[in-house]
Amino acid sequence: MSATPTQNVSRRDFLKVSGGLVIGFTLAPRLALSQDRLPGSLEANRMLDAWLRIEPNGTVTIFTGKIELGQGIGTALAQIAADELDVNLQRIEVVYGDTARTPNEGQTAGSLSVEQSGTALRFACAEGRDMLVSAAAAKLGVPATDLRVSDGTISAPGGATVTYWDLARDTDFKRQATAKVKPKPPAEHKWVGKSIARRDIPKKFTGGAAYVQDVRLPNMVFGRVVRPPSPGAQLLSVDEAAARRLPGVVAVVRDGSFLAVAAEREEQAIRAREALTRSARWKEAASLPPTGEALYRQLMSSPAPGDTVVEKTSSVAGAPVKTLEALYTRPYQSHGSIGPSCAVAQWQDGKLTVWTHSQGVFPLRADLAKVFGVKPQDIRCIHAEGAGCYGHNGADDVALDAALMARATRGRPVKLQWMRDDEFMWAPYGSAMAVKLSGGIDGQGNIVSWSHEMWSHPHSTRPGSSAGVNLLAARHLAQAFQPVLPADVPQPAGGAARNAIPLYDFPNVKVVKHYIAEAPLRTSALRTLGGYANVFALESFVDELALVAGADPVELRLNHLKDARGRAVIEAAAQRAGWQPGLLGDGTRGRGFAFAKYKNLACYCATVADVEVDRTTGRVIVTRVVAAVDAGQIVNPDGVINQIEGGIIQSASWTLMESVRFDRTRVTTRSWSDYPILRFTEVPEVEVVLLDQPAERFLGVGEGAQGPAAAAIANGIANATGKRLRALPFTAERVKQALA
Amino acid sequence: MANFTLRINGETKTVSVEPDTPLLYVLRNDLALNGPKFGCGLAQCGACTVLVDGKPARSCVTPVSTAAKGRITTIEGLGTVDRLHPLQRAFIDEQACQCGFCGNGMVMSAKALLDRNPRPTDRQIKQTLNGHLCRCASHNRIVRAVQRAAAALRAEARS
Repeated sequence: MSATPTQNVSRRDFLKVSGGLVIGFTLAPRLALSQDRLPGSLEANRMLDAWLRIEPNGTVTIFTGKIELGQGIGTALAQIAADELDVNLQRIEVVYGDTARTPNEGQTAGSLSVEQSGTALRFACAEGRDMLVSAAAAKLGVPATDLRVSDGTISAPGGATVTYWDLARDTDFKRQATAKVKPKPPAEHKWVGKSIARRDIPKKFTGGAAYVQDVRLPNMVFGRVVRPPSPGAQLLSVDEAAARRLPGVVAVVRDGSFLAVAAEREEQAIRAREALTRSARWKEAASLPPTGEALYRQLMSSPAPGDTVVEKTSSVAGAPVKTLEALYTRPYQSHGSIGPSCAVAQWQDGKLTVWTHSQGVFPLRADLAKVFGVKPQDIRCIHAEGAGCYGHNGADDVALDAALMARATRGRPVKLQWMRDDEFMWAPYGSAMAVKLSGGIDGQGNIVSWSHEMWSHPHSTRPGSSAGVNLLAARHLAQAFQPVLPADVPQPAGGAARNAIPLYDFPNVKVVKHYIAEAPLRTSALRTLGGYANVFALESFVDELALVAGADPVELRLNHLKDARGRAVIEAAAQRAGWQPGLLGDGTRGRGFAFAKYKNLACYCATVADVEVDRTTGRVIVTRVVAAVDAGQIVNPDGVINQIEGGIIQSASWTLMESVRFDRTRVTTRSWSDYPILRFTEVPEVEVVLLDQPAERFLGVGEGAQGPAAAAIANGIANATGKRLRALPFTAERVKQALA
Repeated sequence: MANFTLRINGETKTVSVEPDTPLLYVLRNDLALNGPKFGCGLAQCGACTVLVDGKPARSCVTPVSTAAKGRITTIEGLGTVDRLHPLQRAFIDEQACQCGFCGNGMVMSAKALLDRNPRPTDRQIKQTLNGHLCRCASHNRIVRAVQRAAAALRAEARS
C-alpha cells in the first residue's frame, strides 16, 4: 500500500501527511536560522507582549488576531488565558483583530481559532505567569516552586504576598516567547472544560453596541452602493446630477462601473440608491451557466485536467465482485447572513480607518492598500462584529465600498450598509460541485476499491493574496484591479478535495480533482469549502455500497475503520440514537448514519438523522439528529454543542432547501422569498454527545457537522423510501419526482 | 419633513423626518437604539421587530407616521444588562444565539406571545417565531429560552 503524492501536494504538505513533520519543517528556509518552531500562531507572532499585557491597575488584556463572529472565540480564549495565568476570568479583557493592536493571525477560518490562537495564548500566558512568579520569588526571597497564585496575587508559605500588578511595571513582556514553560495539565484547569457563559451575549440581548452596524461617529453619513445588475455588466450612463439634487445627498461616486451614494440620513441614501438604479443604463452579457442538470454537465465538461490527489493500490485485496457508480451534485449556495454586510470608513490626512466584520483584518488591509496606493501602515482595520458569518461573505467587499465612498465625503465617516439584494447577488457563493463515486465490494462484502472524482470552482478567493486584489469593487473601477485566479487550497486540508480522501481503510483508493479556477459566479469559502459536498457524496456512497453488500451501514463503517477515535464517535452516536442494525424504514420514516473527521485533521463527528417523508407532497422533515463529537480537549462544552447543533440545522437547511437561482445573465436570488431557509417548525431536535479528550490537543469544531448531517439525511431518506437522492437540495418537488 | 412625537419605552421623543421614513431608521439613527436590526428591509426576516401597542411590528416597513400613533417598545425598553427582563435573562441563560443578530426579533415576538399566552406549548412558540429567520440555527435554544422565560414570568406573577 502506498500513498502517491502528486504535483498538487507540496513537499512540505506531503511530509506532514506521511509523518515527516520534523524533517518538513527543518527544511523550511527561515528555520535554517536555528529558531525553534513555536506552537500555534506564536510561530508567526513571537513577541510575548503581542499577546498579553498586564497593567499596574490590575487589568489583564489578551490580544488575538482572530475575530468574534458569534462562535464564542473570545470566551474560549479568555478561559485558556485565565487558567494559565491564574487570574479570574472576569478580569481578562479581549482585544480582537485590529491591525494597530493585535497579532496578525491571517483569517478567522477553517475552525482553527482555538488551535492557532488558543495554543499561542496558552503558551504565552504560561510563560508570562512564569516570569511574574520568578520576579516574585526574587522579591520575596522564596523559591518559585513554593509560591501559589490566586487571581494574580502571589503568596509565599509564610504569608508574604505580592501581586502581578505590583510586578507589572518591572516585568517586561517585550521579548521573544520561548514556549519553554509547560502549560498546565488538564487536572489543574479551573476554567477550561467548563461551559462558561459567552461574554458577547448580554449586550446582544439588551441593545448594547455589539455590531459594526452600531458604530456611530460624529458627523457620520450613510452610504449605499448601486451594483451592476449582473456579473460583468458595464455602466453606460447614469443621471448623477439628478441623484445629487435629492434631499440629503452628500456625494455620489462614479468610477468606472462602481456607483455609490452617501446622504445625511440613511433613508435618503436608500432613496438615492433607488433613483440611481432607475436611471443607470448597463451593458450586460449572458455569462452565466445553464441551470438544472445542464449546470453539472457543463461543469464536468470543462477542460480542467484531473489532478490525482491520492492514489493507493493493494495487490493483496481481492477483486470486486460487484461495482457501483454514482454522481452527486451540489448547487451554488449562499451564506445568507441575516444582516447584510456593513462597514464604517473614514479618511483623515491621507490615512484610512475601517471598522469591519472581515474575518481577516490584515489581509483586508493589504488589499485596500493596493487599491488606494498607500502603505499598509496608513490603513487601520478594526474588527467589529457583523451578523453571522459562515466564511467569505461580503464583509471585505463592503469595507472597500465604504472606503471608496468616504474619499468623497471630505473626511466625514461613512457607514455603508449593503441591502439584502446586494448580499444575495454579490457575496461569494459556495461553489457548485459534481462528485462522481465508484467502488466495488468483494465476495465477503468488503469495500475493496474506491474512486472519488470531483469538479469544482474555487473555495477560497479571499483578499490578501500576493497578486491582484480580491475585493469586489476593485474590478468595477475605471482603473480596475483584477482578482487573481487562486490555486486551490492545498492538501492536507484541501479546498475542492477537502474530505475527499476516505478515512476508511479501503485497499484501493483514487481521488481525482478537477479544479476549475475560472468561475461564472463568484465563489469562495462557505463553511467546510468542498467538505460539505465531498462528505455528502462519500458517506452516501458508503451506504449505497452497504445496500449492495447487504451490510448494516454502521457495521460496514466500523469494519473499514482503524482510527480508534473515529470508531468511538461512530459507536457513541449509534448507541445514543439506539441504532438497530438492518432496520429498514417504513416508507415514510427512516434513519440515516454518517461520519467524518473534518478536513481529516479536525474534530470527529458522527450523526444519526431521523427523517419523515411526506410521499404525497415530497416534503422531508428531519425530526431528530443525534451527533457524537470528539474535538480533542474541550475548552467550552456548551460552545462546542452550540457549534454542532447550529451546524447540523444549517446543513439540514442547505440540504433540503437551498440553491442560488439565476438565468443566463442575472442572479435572480434577491430576497428571502427567492432563497428559503429552514424555519422553526421545520427544525430537528438535536442531541450532541461529547467525547472529551483532556489529554489531546484542540481539534477545530466549527465546521465538523455540515458534511455528516447532509449525508445522514440523504441516507435517512433512502432508508425510509428506498430511493436514493443524489442531487442537492432535496426539495419537495425533487423528492416527489423521485418517489413517483 | 414633519415633526413626530414618539411614545417609546416610556418616554416621549420628537423627531423631524419625512412621514414615510421607516421607523427602523428613526430608532437606530435618531434615537441611537441598537436593538432593532436591519436585516432585509422587506419584512421577511424579523430582525427589526418592535412592539407597537404590544403587537409585533416590522419596523423596516412601518412608516414613522403610523408608529407615532401607538406606544412603541424596543428591546431596550424591556430591561438593561443590570436589570434584565426575564426574557433577556432566559436568552442569556440558554446561550440562545451564535451571532445574535436575529435575537432582537425573537425576544420581541416572544414578549408579545407571552403577554397573551403565559403558558405556550413548544409548538405555539415555533409557530409564533416561524416568521423570524435565524441563520446560525439557534432555533432549539431559542424555544427553550422562551419556555424558561415563561416559567420565570409565571413564578413572578405568583409571588
